[in-house]
Amino acid sequence: MKEFQGRVVAPGTIEAKALVSHGGLNTLASFQKALQFGDKKATCGDQNNADLYGKQMAGKALCLPATIGSTTGGLVLYCACSMKRQPACMLFSEPIDSLAAAGAVLADVWLDDVTMPVVDSLGEEFLAYVKDDMTIRVRENGIVEVV
Amino acid sequence: MTAAVLHKDGHCRLLEDEKGGRNLNLTKEQQAILNGEKGDVLARVMKTLVRYGELFGADSMVPVTSRYNHLVTSFGLKALKPVYELMDKLIESGNLSKQQFSADPRPLDPKVPSSFLQDFIFKNFMYSSQEAYEEQLTKLGLMEKDAYTCTCYMDEVGNTPAMGEVLSWSESSAVVYANSVLGARCNRNSGIIDLMGSVLGYVPNFGLLTDEGRKATWIVKVETTKKPEAQLLGSAIGMKVMAEVPYIVGLDKWLGTELDDAAKTYLKDFGAATASNGAVGLYHVENLTPEAAADGKKLLSENAKVYVIDDAELQRVYESYPVIWKKKDVKPKLCFMGCPHMSLNQLIDWTKKLEEGLAKAGRSKVCIPTVFTASPAVLKKFEETPYAAKLKATGVITSYICPLMYMNNPLSEKMPVITSSNKLRTYTSARYYTDAEILEQLTKGGTD
Repeated sequence: MKEFQGRVVAPGTIEAKALVSHGGLNTLASFQKALQFGDKKATCGDQNNADLYGKQMAGKALCLPATIGSTTGGLVLYCACSMKRQPACMLFSEPIDSLAAAGAVLADVWLDDVTMPVVDSLGEEFLAYVKDDMTIRVRENGIVEVV
Repeated sequence: MTAAVLHKDGHCRLLEDEKGGRNLNLTKEQQAILNGEKGDVLARVMKTLVRYGELFGADSMVPVTSRYNHLVTSFGLKALKPVYELMDKLIESGNLSKQQFSADPRPLDPKVPSSFLQDFIFKNFMYSSQEAYEEQLTKLGLMEKDAYTCTCYMDEVGNTPAMGEVLSWSESSAVVYANSVLGARCNRNSGIIDLMGSVLGYVPNFGLLTDEGRKATWIVKVETTKKPEAQLLGSAIGMKVMAEVPYIVGLDKWLGTELDDAAKTYLKDFGAATASNGAVGLYHVENLTPEAAADGKKLLSENAKVYVIDDAELQRVYESYPVIWKKKDVKPKLCFMGCPHMSLNQLIDWTKKLEEGLAKAGRSKVCIPTVFTASPAVLKKFEETPYAAKLKATGVITSYICPLMYMNNPLSEKMPVITSSNKLRTYTSARYYTDAEILEQLTKGGTD
């Protein structure tokens, strides 16, 4: 078991299985088809992301460096949260980017019944250590346990 | 309250300031809004933007100074119902945009070839909210009924911010163009955040709004033996620098030192590729883009990383693109050009190239159904030129549609579509070819 200290972007605690993207998550490319066609698992549709393509994102502890791509990214994340198809939490090794930050803040401020803890700045070591299906525990203070 | 502080290890950490208060300073008026004195909805708008800004160490909320805004959401996608509900809250509470705005292209155009099944799905499932959403946009402050394009900054459209103006735009290709080519100041805002900035009239001051945030952390040396393909060069740089700011040297050799129509068109396509293949919000081209022309290498941060791009590197990037068609050698059924929307001179250039290519091949019509997309305003100008009839004679269809919105569904995904847009390649199953290869496909029915 290893612990990593990050910064709380959206508060909350959760335990979930890890899903790891070593490259940037293209939010629109990853979520659009899932949201459009009622895929409750939110299967990743981004052909350029070999780590995630075809894998379930909903309910997973999504571990990633940053998000990339279209500026619809934040609203796509907001919609995923509103439709209850969001990852269990999002854990960024880098300081959060503006699109992911928008999605996390919009969901936290405007959706009263949805929680998606978001922690950033966990460091490169976090992303090197964590592997798919490891158990992740997110604490309120931004500490992330990887088991 | 907390603020982000960048530590020596490059990571942000939570810190409270000495008084335990917020590091983002609000004026009395802004604080009153946050306290709910102008209603709960506007308080939430302020809270959203303040929290968003605090994450990036914003010190204040600064006025939006551009005449118009630009929004990324132009499509009545059923999947975005939560967005429309949020917009209804703004409208019902009287919190409309303080600026008029343009929006990204419409997702549907009857002129674009589609099957009966595609039409049925587009109209009854995917974009069934289109009409209602356009009504929402009109109520919120749309510039005019046809202000739908991703290239709002073109002269024909009229949403062209001036150097130094502060924007609350989204649309990655428009933001990177406004910052880099026009010298305006805008962060890579997400949809909804864009609108909230102009509802409030303020945006958090951080990142690309600040002098420090506009400094380059990469120096990119272009050392190719011929003019690099805009979409390929942009893709290579985007994938390398991700969200950082590149300072590009050696490109003025191919583009010149004046921002004429040809250079602006090149930079439009180049920038869109940097933004979609990475997350670039600003680039500087030495001796060409306004800040680089004025300040040169003073824009470089200390210890800027170096990326050299030569012919082999561009070839490596090109060959790295996955082709996800089931049958890789199948004949394309459609060609989309214009993501982002084409400029007037691009439409004219392509008309000339097609006429010449078809004449050489002994044909009069293109070999693959082809759609050129541009803004309604640019298409109107193009129709006034003799080239419109010439292009029509080649069989090419012109449209204001968003190719990306057309492609993003299981039916279109199965279609073998070709394009020279790296943005379209990134987000859909469309296959990328260089402009020269596209020309061959259209005029000869294949590439050598």
